[in-house]
Amino acid sequence: MVNFIIDGKKISAAEGTMILEAARANSISIPTLCAHETVSRSGACRLCVVEVKKGKRAKIVTSCLYPVEEGIIVETKNERVMNVRRLVLQLLMARCPESEVICELAKEIGIETQPRFIPDKDKGKCILCRSCVRVCEEIVGVSAIGFSCRGADKTIGPPFNEDSAVCIGCGACAYVCPTGHIQMEATEDTRKIWGRTFKMKKCDVCGRYFAPEDQLKYISKKTGVPLKELAICTNCR
Amino acid sequence: MKKATTIEAKVKEIVKKHGRDKSSLIAVLQDIQEEYNYLPKEALLAVGEQMEVPSSRVYEVATFYNTFSLNPRGRYLVEVCAGTACHVQGSFNLMDRLKRDLEIECGETTKDNMFTLEEVRCLGCCSLAPVVRIGGNIHPYLTQDEIPRILRNYRKQG
Repeated sequence: MVNFIIDGKKISAAEGTMILEAARANSISIPTLCAHETVSRSGACRLCVVEVKKGKRAKIVTSCLYPVEEGIIVETKNERVMNVRRLVLQLLMARCPESEVICELAKEIGIETQPRFIPDKDKGKCILCRSCVRVCEEIVGVSAIGFSCRGADKTIGPPFNEDSAVCIGCGACAYVCPTGHIQMEATEDTRKIWGRTFKMKKCDVCGRYFAPEDQLKYISKKTGVPLKELAICTNCR
Repeated sequence: MKKATTIEAKVKEIVKKHGRDKSSLIAVLQDIQEEYNYLPKEALLAVGEQMEVPSSRVYEVATFYNTFSLNPRGRYLVEVCAGTACHVQGSFNLMDRLKRDLEIECGETTKDNMFTLEEVRCLGCCSLAPVVRIGGNIHPYLTQDEIPRILRNYRKQG
């Protein structure tokens, strides 16, 4: 176990735990956008910054990627941290002025509605945190989407900006997206995501549409479970 | 479909040369670009398949680096340096002249598929400013008046 201090509170956590997790386990809240429980951490949104004091030195780090150390003193809300966090939020607000999640966070932290930077109009709600790409690669395993271009032109989407041939329509990317940039339109028997429409499968027992056919085919292929067994929804299994 | 199969064969050859490890992806793409002057879509899909890298990742790499082009390029790539030294020496005038003489905008290719005009940041030979690189050849201390002759020579070479 490692002993250290967060906001004046003595805390001990297992070695390798990140500051963010240790803080949350002790009901100290640190705002984040990209730290989703299902995907690996990347430190992309920069909102989780905290100050770590080690001996005489104090530095700003992303708490989601900084493993706890013996004797460190962590400040999550001092003036220096809040200054950085405010700047990060102002930049995020300028990028995604339409994002409700970001506006809500800004209000909580006390940033005026007038952003300091000129707002973008063409970026949607995407903060380029790459959570969707990671979930598609790490959890789903199909890698259907990725970034394209770089810098100000960087966007998220399937390769060649065409309908992805490998997407299975599982919707995991829409689920992890912190700002709601990725939209999934669902009717009773279809689901539309990344410009492609997926046919949904009806449960053999209860008759409810529960998963895209392509996803079931993919799961069957990957796990070796026959497709027939998968044609029953989780409630009826 | 014949073209696609030959591209596939070429990609196979290139992948074999560099190995199938995903760390050789950039080298493979560079060789493909050398071959075709750009990265054809079929080639990128073939690379993904043969190197077992998702095509979304191949596309990420291909669009990230400025050296890679996904649009067909002409026989000669005309790169006008816009680095500090060249800019101070008036490279923007060279760019204007090239646009006028080639009748294309920056990033476009001439109708006869001979030249593609591009602006680059720095070619690393600032003492020769202003510099234009055409088909890999450096043209140092270039003035506007020399441009028609140089273009004519490249056209003659074919």
